[in-house]
Amino acid sequence: MTQADFVKMVMPFKDKVFRLAKRLLVSNEEAEDATQEVLLKLWNNKQQIANYNNIEAFAMTMTKNYSLDRLKSKQAQNLKIVHSNYQDSNRSLQKQAELNDSVALISKMIEQLPEQQKIIVQLRDVEQYEFEEIAEMLTMNETAIRVTLSRARKTLRKQLTEMHNYGTA
Amino acid sequence: MVPHEIEQLLEKYDNAQTSTQEEQQLRDYFTNPDNHRDGFAQHLEPYRAMFGYFTNAKQETFTKALPVQVPKRSYVYQWIGAAAVVAIMFGIFFQFGNPGPKTLDSLTAEEQLVYYQTREALGLLSTKFNQSASNVTALNMVGNHLDKGMEKAKYINEFSKATNKILKQPKN
Repeated sequence: MTQADFVKMVMPFKDKVFRLAKRLLVSNEEAEDATQEVLLKLWNNKQQIANYNNIEAFAMTMTKNYSLDRLKSKQAQNLKIVHSNYQDSNRSLQKQAELNDSVALISKMIEQLPEQQKIIVQLRDVEQYEFEEIAEMLTMNETAIRVTLSRARKTLRKQLTEMHNYGTA
Repeated sequence: MVPHEIEQLLEKYDNAQTSTQEEQQLRDYFTNPDNHRDGFAQHLEPYRAMFGYFTNAKQETFTKALPVQVPKRSYVYQWIGAAAVVAIMFGIFFQFGNPGPKTLDSLTAEEQLVYYQTREALGLLSTKFNQSASNVTALNMVGNHLDKGMEKAKYINEFSKATNKILKQPKN
């Protein structure tokens, strides 16, 4: 497999890998590193992966595992991941107003979800994978995925409704 | 899409029972500005935010270079190998490529003539050299005799040393 073939192969899903990594690792730099790491692993094993029937799913699984490993090692080292939308406690009113911007807000809400829910929301609602594909990536059964996803969606909606009511009341 | 259809889809959506097509319908509905000129009903507002966010989140791309560079191999050894082969080829060429030393027989008559003439000329030159060399030997002999004379003169020197001891000449 030549370099060009490889690039053509990873092109459709490299952004998805990056977004999943970012969903879990939050920091842009961490996510970029994770993506490069995953792609490098694919490149180094290009002989074997040519035989895989679903490289994309394989790559997503790798990304999930790698990101979770990173998180674990970060916690073990007691290091906090520095992320771009980190807010300090005495933020200005201006910043607070910005946080009310729904994009940052929802991003924060998803960040609060358990990891499994984060991953599934990312794969289903953002990347629009079929349940079947998600099941393959996460080695979970579809029912469990639906349950987790439903829980995540309801949590998000509930929080947003509360925010909305709070804003108008 | 009529409102009650949306409501039904949203309920399915919350229970994660919607297909990707149905979710796409919802996405289109909530992100199309034509559908909410007057704003959504309050209970739909969270969905608008969510679908807006999901659509937005999908725009993000990985901009860094793909790490697919072929690991850099050093070509130094290959070049050394190539140089060695060239050197060996040169060696072989000069060793076996050249014909052996020429003999007189392999020359043409004309070349032989030139060769003999040159030899004769050089021979003549050499006899002249030898003649002048014999003249030089005569000079050599003169030099030898002078050396002998110098040795004799040493005796006189020694003699005068002894004389000086007797006469005790004052030191100057």
